[in-house]
Amino acid sequence: MATYSVEQVPATSAGRAGRTRKPLKTRLANLGALLVLIILAIIWLLPLAWTLDTALKPEGETTIVPLTWFSAHFNLAAFAETLSSTSLLQWYFNSVLTSLVITLVTIVLASMAAFALSRIPFRGRGIVFGLILAGIMVPGTILIVPLFTEMQSLGLVDTYWGIILPQLAAPIAVFIFKQFFDGLPHELEEAAIIDGASRWRIYWQIWMPLSRAAIAAVGIFIFVVSWNNFIWPFIVITNNNMMTVPVGLSTVQTSYGVRYAEIMASAILAGIPVLIVFLFFQRQIVQGIAGTGLKE
Amino acid sequence: MSDVSIPEPVTQMRARPDEKVVRTPVRRWRIDVSGYGFLLPFLIVYVLFLLWPVLLMFRMSFFNWSLDGHGTTDFLGLANYGAVLSDPNFWQALWNTLAFTLISTPVIVIVSFGLALLCNRAIPAQGFFRTVFFAPFVIPVSVVVIIWNWLYEPGGLGLYDGILAQLNIPGVNWLTQPGVAMIAIVILTLWWTVGFSFVLYLAGLQQIPRELHDAASIDGAGGWTRTRWVTIPLLGRITAMIVILQIIASLQVFGQIYLLTDGGPNFSTRPVLQYMYESGFSEFRVGFAAAMSVVFFILVVVISAVWFGMLRRQQGGNN
Repeated sequence: MATYSVEQVPATSAGRAGRTRKPLKTRLANLGALLVLIILAIIWLLPLAWTLDTALKPEGETTIVPLTWFSAHFNLAAFAETLSSTSLLQWYFNSVLTSLVITLVTIVLASMAAFALSRIPFRGRGIVFGLILAGIMVPGTILIVPLFTEMQSLGLVDTYWGIILPQLAAPIAVFIFKQFFDGLPHELEEAAIIDGASRWRIYWQIWMPLSRAAIAAVGIFIFVVSWNNFIWPFIVITNNNMMTVPVGLSTVQTSYGVRYAEIMASAILAGIPVLIVFLFFQRQIVQGIAGTGLKE
Repeated sequence: MSDVSIPEPVTQMRARPDEKVVRTPVRRWRIDVSGYGFLLPFLIVYVLFLLWPVLLMFRMSFFNWSLDGHGTTDFLGLANYGAVLSDPNFWQALWNTLAFTLISTPVIVIVSFGLALLCNRAIPAQGFFRTVFFAPFVIPVSVVVIIWNWLYEPGGLGLYDGILAQLNIPGVNWLTQPGVAMIAIVILTLWWTVGFSFVLYLAGLQQIPRELHDAASIDGAGGWTRTRWVTIPLLGRITAMIVILQIIASLQVFGQIYLLTDGGPNFSTRPVLQYMYESGFSEFRVGFAAAMSVVFFILVVVISAVWFGMLRRQQGGNN
């Protein structure tokens, strides 16, 4: 208690000298913030902890009232049962395949388009860019009815291409790439043009290697969005073996009845891969979101 | 006539290497070819899977369209629109959607801002807290719904009802009581998606120069005063963007409601998108569903246009 008065230095000097101790009031406020954050973090983690807890219990102990967190019989049976009784592995495969194709193709198409819009002074550039910007305003989910009709006429219902193609039209990706390209210096490109390099070589050998950060941000963001996309694969896929993870999982809930441990195990197995990807690439994902948001 | 007259919507056109070269018609033509060459692959996808569906949606809305992929010649004029606008189910779905949007948007914006303020302080384990609040955002909707369906399970079985029971507080029928169900959906949505706005706010906070806060402290401003008069005004642009992104996302709510309550109880949570889906894909009233899409599409575009218009005006007024 007595030390408080000693450490209570004027706010002005503490503000400037970064490493000296902060005033008591600030430290108390930081402590309060930390406590609030700990409580909120517990609230945020409870649903996940409860899910894991349920999945590890034997089926008979999931519905005991009053509820308990502990069980003497924790085991992995529910996970094994889920893997053998659902097509989860097939859904993984479908999700990985379609999300990867969507991500890779979007990166190539969007960066090429953005390169043209940012670096090639062709006629009609403003109009084309305006058209692409207008596309950002179109809420994709609203197009499910005409898109399904279109997929029917193309014979792509219940196919991978049916899942992939509509998700490739991502004007937002063009927009992000263009913003990134607009900020790059011209010198390298000028030297290359004087050397007689073609536009394709400038794009591929100079621009793409310079854009690794933007590619990572766009790519991981598109990957997570397409992995999690529910409504479109839900509409275009009816065959159980063609379903993506989110769509397939939505059928599990109803087919299990009240087998809670198994349902929770399936939720964990379905959620884990994308959580792992997230933990690996958190920085890029966050930067991608922040980058889209902060620049205008 | 020339590209000089075409306005650049976002960024200023900079002097480019090509523009120093004297332009001959052949050279101009070659620039055009390479420009459109680079654009072509994206434009093909864009036209086929964005522009064309939009036009098709308008066209379908005037016909008695069937789901066999060919349409019919049954031209109905505006009859589908009349049916949509005189359908009480549509109005209820629209109201549910607006209610969800009006409740969830302020809740998510305020909570994400509060979390960002807390995490931006000099505290240990900042990265951990950021991960915790952001992580649910990357979980697929069906996983989220499975988890929350179990949490909300009534009768002392689910976590929340179980905790209430142990505290001797009467349980709540989270998902089957009108009014409560919508709140339950908003809570789920807050937990699931708050991380997105949170990360935007955090990035915005980190861009505010320390000197501004120090200067305000020297002038005697306390923590709250600084937040109110330094932080919040400086985050105005980010807030405006977060709000409109939230509104647009909330208006398109579908997955969590469809999977959690199926629009119930008694259709009190059914959003427009679910009604559109059911009309088109369960009842096969495709022209009707297309007309509903058009009405909803116009609504969303008008709301975003009004928002951006207000924003521009406000920013213009400040300068």
